[in-house]
Amino acid sequence: MIEIRDLRKVYIMGDEEVGALAGADLSIERGEYVAVIGPSGSGKSTLMNILGGLDRPTSGGYRFEGEDVGGFGDNALADFRRRRIGFVFQSFQLLPRLTALQNVELPMVYGGVPGPERRERATELLERVGLGARKGHRPTQLSGGQQQRVAIARSLANRPDLLLADEPTGALDTHTSEEILKLFGELNADGLTLVIVTHDPDVASEARRRIAFRDGLIVSDDHGQGGPGGARA
Amino acid sequence: MRLFDLVRFAFGAIFAHPMRSVLTSLGVVIGVAAVVMMTSIGVGASQRISGAIGSLGTNLIIVTPAFQRPGVVSQGAGSGLTLKDADAAAIGRIDGVAAVAPVVRGQAQLSADGANWSTGIQGVTPEYVAARDLTIASGRMFDDRDTRQGRKVMVVGPTVARQLWGEADPVGKRVRVKTVPFEVVGVLESKGSAGLGQDQDDVVLAPLSAVRSRVLGRRIRADAVQTIFVKATNADDLDRVQEDVTDLVRELHRIKPGEDDDFQTQNMASILAASQAALATFTVLLAAVAGVSLVVGGVGIMNIMLVAVTERTREIGLRMAVGARRNDILIQFALEAVVLSLVGGLIGLAIGALGSIGIAKLGQWPSAVPPWSGPLALGFSTLVGLIFGAYPSWRAARLDPIEALRRE
Repeated sequence: MIEIRDLRKVYIMGDEEVGALAGADLSIERGEYVAVIGPSGSGKSTLMNILGGLDRPTSGGYRFEGEDVGGFGDNALADFRRRRIGFVFQSFQLLPRLTALQNVELPMVYGGVPGPERRERATELLERVGLGARKGHRPTQLSGGQQQRVAIARSLANRPDLLLADEPTGALDTHTSEEILKLFGELNADGLTLVIVTHDPDVASEARRRIAFRDGLIVSDDHGQGGPGGARA
Repeated sequence: MRLFDLVRFAFGAIFAHPMRSVLTSLGVVIGVAAVVMMTSIGVGASQRISGAIGSLGTNLIIVTPAFQRPGVVSQGAGSGLTLKDADAAAIGRIDGVAAVAPVVRGQAQLSADGANWSTGIQGVTPEYVAARDLTIASGRMFDDRDTRQGRKVMVVGPTVARQLWGEADPVGKRVRVKTVPFEVVGVLESKGSAGLGQDQDDVVLAPLSAVRSRVLGRRIRADAVQTIFVKATNADDLDRVQEDVTDLVRELHRIKPGEDDDFQTQNMASILAASQAALATFTVLLAAVAGVSLVVGGVGIMNIMLVAVTERTREIGLRMAVGARRNDILIQFALEAVVLSLVGGLIGLAIGALGSIGIAKLGQWPSAVPPWSGPLALGFSTLVGLIFGAYPSWRAARLDPIEALRRE
């Protein structure tokens, strides 16, 4: 599904050029559950931004289902994010003015889904993540774990091909984290492709494949152990 | 993406900060209310003045002595009166002249049956009624025979009649002007009070010779005239008749080519046009001053929209992440600015219309709010929202989603 060849990203900070990605090669198949690990500044977040169509590579190729996403313009990238990608962020990124239901509806609004259909699907998704009774609550009335469930429901709104999560449990306690990871496991079991960026070994061990980054390069790509319910460090 | 959803987002953001939104719109409210009030004052005043001038008769030419420069050595009473009975008589023979009315004016204290009233008395010929489009309500206008016989008769305006005799019919009553007894032979039909600050019904007409000898006395030469009203048969002919009058009077006064006239002619149509033009300029000026406050209101909207873009940077980033195009963001924020401005415009229009009606009542002018002020006000407030919302919206749409999501 994802083909990355010699991917490079260089940021210009003042007069200096900072290399975030120094030539990464990677392919990810449909249905995979991938954890991207590495210390901060290793380029894993940059990779995720490029995979999600939030950022463009400086050079190198990025093909998604055969499409050259690396060469997309602004509108094509926006449409790509809306149709193909679901994002889950460490800080949830829910809109505080909107109810849980309205937050989940948001991607469908940009997708042009009519109101009644939108509300129906958003309700189903909230029920799917166990928050059917809270759809009228605003983010401030929900716990961290509940907020992240709403965010996950939102990421699924437009039936994405790929779910990208950046430190999804970084702001949650251990117990809540386990619940979220369980939910990810279930989604993957239903066939959703998952890429999770984390530096938490517990989170990484849930994935069936772990890619380690260092200084903008992939230093290991471990298909071996792990997987849902697999060995833990 | 549907427009309805974008409008919903705009209203959602506006209602999220009700107080802030009200204060932001207030600038536009005041601006639009001011523009509406100023234009309706201008239009109302213009209608009132043209009504007043129109009531004087539009195909009328007024001949008066030339303006006398003050400060020049005094030349004695009445020396400025260059017009004479003979001028009026000659003008009456010009082709296209329907009526000519020489006039002298004086101020007189009237007393009758114990009542007193001070008013302007006009010495006129019988033709005056035709020249000024007057109507006799009861009795009659004095005629040439009255004038020839030197009879002391008068026709009074409704205001004078009411002041001296109340509701009783004054025809046949006696009235003293100073000490001279006059007989009332007629009462004028009311012209209405829509004059230029003066009551056109507060008037007394008497034969020219009687006013000269009995009211003005030595202050005026026996054949001097203060004003000659010339009524043209046809309004289209007005300019030509005016030229003929000028040429004729120059000839009668033996003014050589190149010398200044010792009299002047004005026609009511050009006075009307000139006053309309002056008022239109005045109205535009007032509206422009009011428009400045509309611009200030727009700056207020821009200010708040820039604050909103900064506050909602993360929201913008998130919307982009879930698939909003830059144009969706642009339109959302532009709509927010337009809604703030347009709602302000609607409220301003209502306040302005009510204020205009109130002011029209006070100023007693006929129509209050011109019908085009509604679309104009709303059009302008939409424009203000678009212009001043453009830069903040553009800033919002240009944000980098990654940076925006990272913003605290």
